[in-house]
Amino acid sequence: MAYSDKVLDHYDNPRNVGSMSSADEDVGTGMVGAPACGDVMKLQIKVNAEGIIEDAKFKTYGCGSAIASSSLVTEWVKGKSLDEALAIKNTDIAEELALPPVKIHCSILAEDAIKAAVADYRTKQGIPSASETEACPAVVVEKAAA
Amino acid sequence: MMPRPIYLDYSATTPVDPRVVARMMPWLFDNFGNPASRSHAYGWAAEEAVEIAREQVATLIGADPREIVWTSGATESNNLAIKGAARFHAARGKHIITVKTEHKSVLDTCRELERDGFEITWLDVMENGLIDFEAFAAALRPDTILASVMLVNNEIGVVQDIARLGSLCREKKVLFHVDAAQATGKVAIDLSNLPVDMMSLSAHKTYGPKGIGALYVSRKPRVRIDALIHGGGHERGMRSGTLPTHQIVGMGEAYWIAHQNMAAENERIRGLRDRLMHGLMKLDQVFVNGDMTQRVPHNLNLSFNFVEGESLLMGIKDVAVSSGSACTSASLEPSYVLRALGRSDELAHSSIRFSIGRFTTREEVDRVIELISSAVGKLRDLSPLWDMHRDGIDLASVQWATH
Repeated sequence: MAYSDKVLDHYDNPRNVGSMSSADEDVGTGMVGAPACGDVMKLQIKVNAEGIIEDAKFKTYGCGSAIASSSLVTEWVKGKSLDEALAIKNTDIAEELALPPVKIHCSILAEDAIKAAVADYRTKQGIPSASETEACPAVVVEKAAA
Repeated sequence: MMPRPIYLDYSATTPVDPRVVARMMPWLFDNFGNPASRSHAYGWAAEEAVEIAREQVATLIGADPREIVWTSGATESNNLAIKGAARFHAARGKHIITVKTEHKSVLDTCRELERDGFEITWLDVMENGLIDFEAFAAALRPDTILASVMLVNNEIGVVQDIARLGSLCREKKVLFHVDAAQATGKVAIDLSNLPVDMMSLSAHKTYGPKGIGALYVSRKPRVRIDALIHGGGHERGMRSGTLPTHQIVGMGEAYWIAHQNMAAENERIRGLRDRLMHGLMKLDQVFVNGDMTQRVPHNLNLSFNFVEGESLLMGIKDVAVSSGSACTSASLEPSYVLRALGRSDELAHSSIRFSIGRFTTREEVDRVIELISSAVGKLRDLSPLWDMHRDGIDLASVQWATH
């Protein structure tokens, strides 16, 4: 299987590998996936008083595409507000890394990791989780072709 | 030319031995005759070459040359043996026994027969990959017509006790088919003493060319099967089609070399395999898949816990090996062989198969130990599961959000 140059780059030089104390009030931790499925991602975000993500760390058990997807999102979420981070879609990740169809689930997992980390942070802060309202996907009504 | 990766995937295929290549060449241009041409010297020469090769193949497995039927490879041999026997003997019964760790060409063939109204028993194996003899015996029924068991497993290299299984089959008048694609040149086979009715053989796993194989069909007792491919009635009607002389000559020579050298070669390879194993087992949390005593000397299948197999393959681009990880398969399912051992899915995802061969050197083995050790270290530093393990968290106790 051939990997894109960007996947190889993230695999060879993963960005922001590490852990933060998940007990800290300003850290949100998201752990998604399962060992039995072959991938587990842990994404942590550190949020400042202005509500901006000032640091992000990840650790991932999974294939090269899973490692690259999580490495990429740590770069992307830094400097963003929580709502901006939640706006990152798996399709953006898949497109940036040129993931083949069989690896799309890696990008979905990375998007889920962002959501889980933000939800964890908001829970700690006593902010009602916005993701509950987002659990129902917006219904897009397309005009039927006449 | 770029240096090529170190090849430790001899169970996938082997290079054609240069001695075999040399033997094959004259049968492409100079001596191109059809072995079935009885009316001129071109045909006679080709037929003689085919018959010499038939003897060479028969010699390696202790068979009579008249018991060898040329096919395109072990996949075809498995199809011919199982479908051919099932269809010929369907009036006697419709029950077939096979094993969950068989090659796909056996499993899918049995699945096809299931659709045609046959009933299949898919036997489990024990944790070491070996068949529980009592379970096999219990699966035999009055309407059982055929049992199919591989001699050597392609993923974990374990060797089944086909002498014992075959004796029971003969006693119960059940045909016994053995897929020996991974066994030739690795374990001694003497069909003059083994109660086996049909045996599938491949050339390219034993330093011969791809696209050629054979099915041993016993003459004493005489085994009868239906043909799958009809035409000119070649191979005593069991497999029509013009014989590929150069391929057959190559398989014969490859088997002859195996016959001459296998005892010494296997000891050398066992030494390399053990060196590789001891080098890699120095890492923490590494597990061997499959029994270590009933096993061919070429195979080592290890699980590197908390490291996903495909990411490990990426980290060792200079080594050619296979993984049981889901991510390396089109189906996204981890290895069905490792799952059949009852190991956790995590260990299947973390597995690597090393298979050593004729051209492997000690320097290569040492280099592979270095490369793997460093990649495993790097990936464990990245692995949240490794952190949890080191914090003393039992991963089995965690509620994972499966996806």
